[in-house]
Amino acid sequence: MKIDHSQPLEYGTEQNKMNILGFWIFLGAEIMLFGTLFASYFTLENRIGSGPSGADIFEITPIIIETFLLLTSSFTIGLAIHAMRLGRQKAMLTFFGITLVLGLAFLSVEIYEFFHYVHVGAGLQTSAFSAILLTTLGTHGAHVTFGLLWGLGIILQIKKRGLTVETTNKSFIFSLYWHFLDVVWIFIFSFIYLKGLM
Amino acid sequence: MEFFERFAIPHPSPAIYASMVAIGLTVIAIIAGLTYFKKWGYIWREWLTTVDHKRIGIMYLISALLMLFRGGVDAIMMRSQLAVPGNTLLDAQHYNEIFTTHGIVMILFMAMPFIIALMNFVVPLQIGARDVAFPRLNALSFWLFFFAAMLFNISFVVGGSPDAGWTSYFPLAGNEHSPHVGTNYYMIAIQIAGLGTLMTGINFIVTILKMRAPGMTLMKMPMFTWSALITNVIIVFAFPVLTIALAMGTMDRLFGTHFFSIDNGGMDMLWANLFWVWGHPEVYILILPAFGIYSEVISTFARRNLYGYKSMVASMVIISLFSFLVWVHHFFTMGQGAFVNSIFSVTTMAIAVPTGIKIFNWLFTLWKGKIVMTTPMLYSMLFIPIFTIGGVTGVMLGMSAADYQYHNTMFLVAHFHLVIIPGVVFAMLAGLTYWWPKMFGFMLNERIGKWAAWLIAVGTCVAFFPMFISGLDGQARRMYTYSEATGFGFWNMLSFIGAGILAIGFVLIVYNIYYSTRYATRDIGADPWDARTLEWATHSPVPEYNFAITPEVNSSEALWDEKKKGHKLFKGSYQEIHMPSKSGVPFIMSAIFFVFGFAMIFSLWILAIVSLLGIFACLIHRSFEQDHGYHISVKEIEETEAKMGGAKG
Ligand code: HEM
Ligand SMILES: [Cu+2]
Repeated sequence: MKIDHSQPLEYGTEQNKMNILGFWIFLGAEIMLFGTLFASYFTLENRIGSGPSGADIFEITPIIIETFLLLTSSFTIGLAIHAMRLGRQKAMLTFFGITLVLGLAFLSVEIYEFFHYVHVGAGLQTSAFSAILLTTLGTHGAHVTFGLLWGLGIILQIKKRGLTVETTNKSFIFSLYWHFLDVVWIFIFSFIYLKGLM
Repeated sequence: MEFFERFAIPHPSPAIYASMVAIGLTVIAIIAGLTYFKKWGYIWREWLTTVDHKRIGIMYLISALLMLFRGGVDAIMMRSQLAVPGNTLLDAQHYNEIFTTHGIVMILFMAMPFIIALMNFVVPLQIGARDVAFPRLNALSFWLFFFAAMLFNISFVVGGSPDAGWTSYFPLAGNEHSPHVGTNYYMIAIQIAGLGTLMTGINFIVTILKMRAPGMTLMKMPMFTWSALITNVIIVFAFPVLTIALAMGTMDRLFGTHFFSIDNGGMDMLWANLFWVWGHPEVYILILPAFGIYSEVISTFARRNLYGYKSMVASMVIISLFSFLVWVHHFFTMGQGAFVNSIFSVTTMAIAVPTGIKIFNWLFTLWKGKIVMTTPMLYSMLFIPIFTIGGVTGVMLGMSAADYQYHNTMFLVAHFHLVIIPGVVFAMLAGLTYWWPKMFGFMLNERIGKWAAWLIAVGTCVAFFPMFISGLDGQARRMYTYSEATGFGFWNMLSFIGAGILAIGFVLIVYNIYYSTRYATRDIGADPWDARTLEWATHSPVPEYNFAITPEVNSSEALWDEKKKGHKLFKGSYQEIHMPSKSGVPFIMSAIFFVFGFAMIFSLWILAIVSLLGIFACLIHRSFEQDHGYHISVKEIEETEAKMGGAKG
C-alpha cells in the first residue's frame, strides 16, 4: 500500500481519497432523502385531521436541550478529528467518546419527546401531520442511533489498532456524517419546531 | 394452519399452479444439476463471492435476460387477452396483476440491470482501470438487486402479485382497495433493489472521477463513460426520493399511517408527485446509457469520430437537469390547474431539444462515414426513426391541453413503448452484440443477429403503431377487455401479431447465443470490430486484471490513435498488480435482506427483527475485518499474457 505522507493520514492512500469522495456523494443522496422528507412535511403540515397541530404539541424545553446536546457533539467530533491530525490518540478517543455520550443523551431526550407526542394524542396513526412529523424526526433519530453504533465500532478499532490509514479514514468519514446530522437537525429545529411554534 | 393461510394465493388459477410446479422443478433441476456435476464449489468461488466487475456485469446480464423473459411472458399474455373482443383468457384481477408486474419487471428488473450490466463490464475497461472504486460494494449492489428480483417474483405464487399498476397510485394501492399482500411486495422488493442501485450510483461516480487512466481528462472520456457518469448522478439524486415514497407507502400499508389515504389529512397526490419526481428521471436513467452505446456503435461502424462531442456532453448535462423539472406531465389531468400545467408543458417540450441535438449529431456522424452494417449498427439505424416517432408523440403528450385526450389511453402506451423499446432495448441488444466478444471471446452470429434485429424492429412497429389509432379512438389502457362494438378488435389483433413477431425475434437471440457458443470461432483477436476505445486494447476475454500495464491516453479514441497515429498506449514494464479479495458477505447479507423483506411483507415481526440483526452483524463484520486484497506477481502476469496470445503493448 502506497502512503502519501504529504497528506493527512486519512487522505493517505488512493483508496482513502475515494472513500471520502464516495461518502460526500452519499451525503448528496442523504440531502435528497431529507429534502424529500421536508418537502412532504411542508405539504402535510396543516393536514392534521382530527388530531393536534404542531403548535399544540411542541414543547420548547426538550427541543432546546436536544439542540444544545447535538450542536456540542458536532463541536467535540471536530476536536476529535483535530486531535487525530496531531496524532494524539488519547485526546482523540476522549473527544470521540464525549461525542457519542452527547449523542446518546440527545437520543434519550428524543425518545422522551416521542413518548410525549404519543401521550398527548399525536401517534403515528393519528393524522398525516403526526405521521410525517414522527417519520422525519424518526429518520434523523435512526441516523443518530446508527451513528452511535458505528462510532463505537470505530473507537474499538482505534483502541486495538491505533491511528492507521484505515482507522483515521473511518473516523474522518464518521465526522462528516456526524456534522451532516447536525446540519439536518438545524433544519428540523428551524423549519419544524420554530415554524410550528410561531 | 391459520398461520399458513396468509401465504395462499388470493385468486388462484391453473396458470399459477402451473408456474408453481415450473418454479419447483427448475429449482430442483438447478440443485440436482449443480450437485451432479459437482459445481457447488465452482459457483461459490467464481461467482457468488466474486467482486470482479466483469463477472458482476455478466451476472447482471444473465439476470436481466431472465427477467426479460418473465416480462415478455406477461406481455404475450396481455396481448393474447386483448387480441379479440370479449376474450375470457384472463379475468380482470389477473389482468391487473399482469400489467403491474410487467411494468415493474421490465423497468426495474430488466432495463435497470441491463444498463448496469453493461456499465459494470465496460466502464472500468473504457477508462483503463483495474476495477470499480468499491468492488465489494459493487457485489453487494448486485446481490441486493438479485434477491429483490427473486422476492418480487415469488409474489406470483406466494401471497399474490401486486395489482395497482407499476405506478401504484394511492388510494388504489392502500389497504382498503388492495387488501392482499401484493402491494407490500411492490413496496419492499423495489426498496431493496433501490438500495443496490443507489450504491451503484455512488460507486460509478467515484470510479469515473478518480480511476481514469493517465491522460484521460474528463473531455477525453469515451461517450459511453460520459453517459454512465451522468446517469449515475441522476441515480444518486433521484433514488432517495423513491426510497422515501416507498417507505411512506410501506408505513401506510403495514403500520396504518395516513400519508396517502383520503381520511385523517392524508394526501393521495403526494404519492403521485413523489413517484414521478423519481419516475421521470428514471426514464432518463434508462435512456442516457443507451445514447452512450449508440454513440460508441455509430462512430465505430461509421469509421469516424463522433460528430459534436462537446454538444453531446452538454445535451446530456441539460437533459439530466431538466429531467427533474417535468414530472407533472404524468398527471396533467389530476387537478393542478392551467398555470402549473403550462409551466410543465414548456419544460417537457424543452427537453426534446437536447434529445434532438443528439439525433442530429448521430446523423452527422453517419453523413461522411464509411458505414459498415453490422448487427449493432443495424440496431442503431433502426433506433433512429422509431425512437423519433416515439419522441415526437411524447411532445404531443406534453401539450397539457391535448393530453386530456391522450392521457390514460393506448396512445400513451404506444408513446412510451416506442421510446423505451428502440431507446433502451435495441441499445442493450446492440451493446450486448457489440461487447459480447469482449465478454466471452467469440462473436455472435451476424446472420442470425440481423434477422433478430429486423424481426424485433418490425414486431415493435406492428405491435405499437396500431395503439396510436385505437388510443385516439378512445381505447383506455389497463382495461382487460372491450366489446366488439368499439371497433378496437382489428387494431388489437394487429398488436397481437406484432407481439408474436417480437417474441420470435427474442427467441432467435437466445438461439443465436446457443448457436454461436457452439460454432463460433474463438480466434477473434482483441479488436474484432476495428473499434476505437480502450476496452478493445486488452485481450478477449479480458484477463482478471484488465490491463497488464496501465494505458496512457491522449484522446477519447485512444486505441484508434494507436492504430492510426502511432500513439503508444502501453509504456513501461509489468508491475505487481494489487487486486481486491473475494467475499461471501455481500451474498449472505443480501440473502438475509431477502428474508427481512419477506418477513416485512407478511408482517412476521419476529423474523423481521432477527433478520435485521443479521444484517447488522454483516455490517459489523465488514467494519472490523481487515482485508488488504492480494497481489498478482509479475511472473503470473507474464504467463497469463503469453497464454492469451502475446503481450499487449
Ligand atoms: C422526447 C422526449 C419525451 C417527451 C416529451 C415525453 C413526454 C411524455 C409525457 C407527456 C407522458 C405522460 C403522458 C400521459 O400520461 O398522458 C409520458 C409518459 C411516459 N414516458 Fe415519455 N416523453 C419523452 C421521452 C421518453 C423516454 C425517452 C422514455 C423512456 C425511455 C419515456 C417513457 C415514458 C413512460 C414510461 C411513460 C408512461 C408512464 C406511465 O404512465 O405508466 N418517455 N412521456
Ligand atoms: Cu415523464
